[in-house]
Amino acid sequence: MKENQNLDDMEIVFQKTEALTELNFHYCPGCGHGVAHRLLMEVVEEMGITEDTIGVAPVGCSVFAYQYMNIDMQEAAHGRATAVATGIKRVLPDKYVFTYQGDGDLAAIGTAETIHTVNRGENILIMFINNAIYGMTGGQMAPTTLEGMVTSTCPYGRDVKHVGSPLKMSDLVAQLGGACYVTRHIVHTPNGVRKLKKAIKNAFEYQKQKLGTSLIEVVTNCPSGWKLTPRETIDFIEEKMLPIYPLGDLKVPTNISKN
Amino acid sequence: MKENMEKEIRLMKGNEALAEAAIRAGMDAYFGYPITPQSEILEYLEEQSPKRNCVVLQTESELASINMIYGAAGAGARVMTSSSSPGISLMQEGISYIAAAELPCLLVNVVRGGPGLGTIQPSQGDYFQAVKGGGHGDYRLIVLAPATVQEMVDFVFEGFRLAEKYRNPALILADGALGQMMEKVELPAEGSLPKVVPAWATTGKTKDRERNVITTLHIQPEEMEAMNLRLEKKYAEMQCEVRYEEINTSDAEIILVAFGLSARISQKACDLAREKGIKAGIIRPMTLFPYPSNILAELAEKIDAFLVVEMNAGQMVEDVRLAVNGKVPVHFKGRKGGMIPTPEEILVEIEKIVIPKQVLQD
Repeated sequence: MKENQNLDDMEIVFQKTEALTELNFHYCPGCGHGVAHRLLMEVVEEMGITEDTIGVAPVGCSVFAYQYMNIDMQEAAHGRATAVATGIKRVLPDKYVFTYQGDGDLAAIGTAETIHTVNRGENILIMFINNAIYGMTGGQMAPTTLEGMVTSTCPYGRDVKHVGSPLKMSDLVAQLGGACYVTRHIVHTPNGVRKLKKAIKNAFEYQKQKLGTSLIEVVTNCPSGWKLTPRETIDFIEEKMLPIYPLGDLKVPTNISKN
Repeated sequence: MKENMEKEIRLMKGNEALAEAAIRAGMDAYFGYPITPQSEILEYLEEQSPKRNCVVLQTESELASINMIYGAAGAGARVMTSSSSPGISLMQEGISYIAAAELPCLLVNVVRGGPGLGTIQPSQGDYFQAVKGGGHGDYRLIVLAPATVQEMVDFVFEGFRLAEKYRNPALILADGALGQMMEKVELPAEGSLPKVVPAWATTGKTKDRERNVITTLHIQPEEMEAMNLRLEKKYAEMQCEVRYEEINTSDAEIILVAFGLSARISQKACDLAREKGIKAGIIRPMTLFPYPSNILAELAEKIDAFLVVEMNAGQMVEDVRLAVNGKVPVHFKGRKGGMIPTPEEILVEIEKIVIPKQVLQD
């Protein structure tokens, strides 16, 4: 056994960003929200914009995002986060504004707000967490629930003839004139984490240049709602989710300034 | 380039006067969706916006408008939205959130006849919605009821002032006729209403302060009840803001209680009644919340009867009855569905209640 090392001699190789509060996440073991929160706030800290960033939390599992993100935050009504963000951005046009929303919030009850916010090209970042289910209310069907996928409100599997097909919100908004950057990512592999972090940084850069709306979709899991172990949810993402929601850029800006 | 407007007198339509007043009152942003009979507010502001240093945005729905109001008010801006009855119904979720988050803002309802899609003609059918809390949960709005185009202007200033003083949404409850009629108005000078960015606003967390969070979520019932108690205390403190107009009440045997347009018509009815020897007076509530209950209770000791006149099926009459508490009869005359009562038909009601003195002398 090694002798006790002096802590002062040890090199810190990783620590929590100060842009997150000291509070422990309430998220279930294996859930992707924690990683997504951390990456978002790491970028805010690394870019030195914590004093100039205002976040909008949604209704859903991440309703308490404002307890973890150590910046000025507003908590919006269900589905209305991008309207709230529009209000903030229009009166504080030089601040960085983002929303953090789940699939139910952004692609069901908030569809109109999402489409019109992107169509106006509001200079904000929309972080879209797609786990194909309503986590907070106990695992009900979401607009993004896969065909045949079992949830508490489609106990026989999602029947597309009855409730329609999974809504590909990112594909939809990528068609809109105001969309600047639309891209789809994951948080369950180291490479995926690196790429997502780069995408978030890109989005804030584009926001600074006032190029329009950025939407970053994170295809992730819900171990509790899917009734799978965290390990099994990763297989489910790889085998079932990604064929429907393929990774990569759906839209990139063409008029980026080099400075 | 920004123009700074001096005090001036103009002939203006109610909706446009209100919009001009909002800019002069230092409004930072307006978010709205067109609906008759108040679309001139959005039209006027869109036209003025580039030269008056004010954000104006036509939204995709009233739902979006009210949530933009939430965001912008939370960011410390002086903000307003306006609509008419069906649009105000659509905003109720957001209004409840704004009241819960204690964000100051000014809401304008240029009321039309309902329920449902109803009519575009003037009505006072949204009294309950405005005064009793149209959305979910225990909350109150500060409610101002203009009766003239001049008050459409004055109550914009008063609405912003009260909203910011109490960190509470204020609502101007007008009607389609007030929105559309033209009258002479005196417009105050721009910049006469002081403005400070509040310390609680989400303007970006600087190192010298704790982070600011705007939320309405209090998941622990003990915390939620404490919040409810705090709001209740605030609403009680608002009682000192009660405003009403009192006309010919000192010798009155019957008093008409009416707000807004109904009060103007009732005044003519009272004049006709006095010509016939009936001592009629008027109480015109200018604030509908807080409500002038005390003066009604005092007058109930001195007079024979009240007649409440409204352009609805009888809404404010309930508050008059609560204030009068059974001491004297409280009668009601209402026209509904966008119809406006005439002074003559109100006089008929007065005469049913009070036997004219001449008749007794004969």
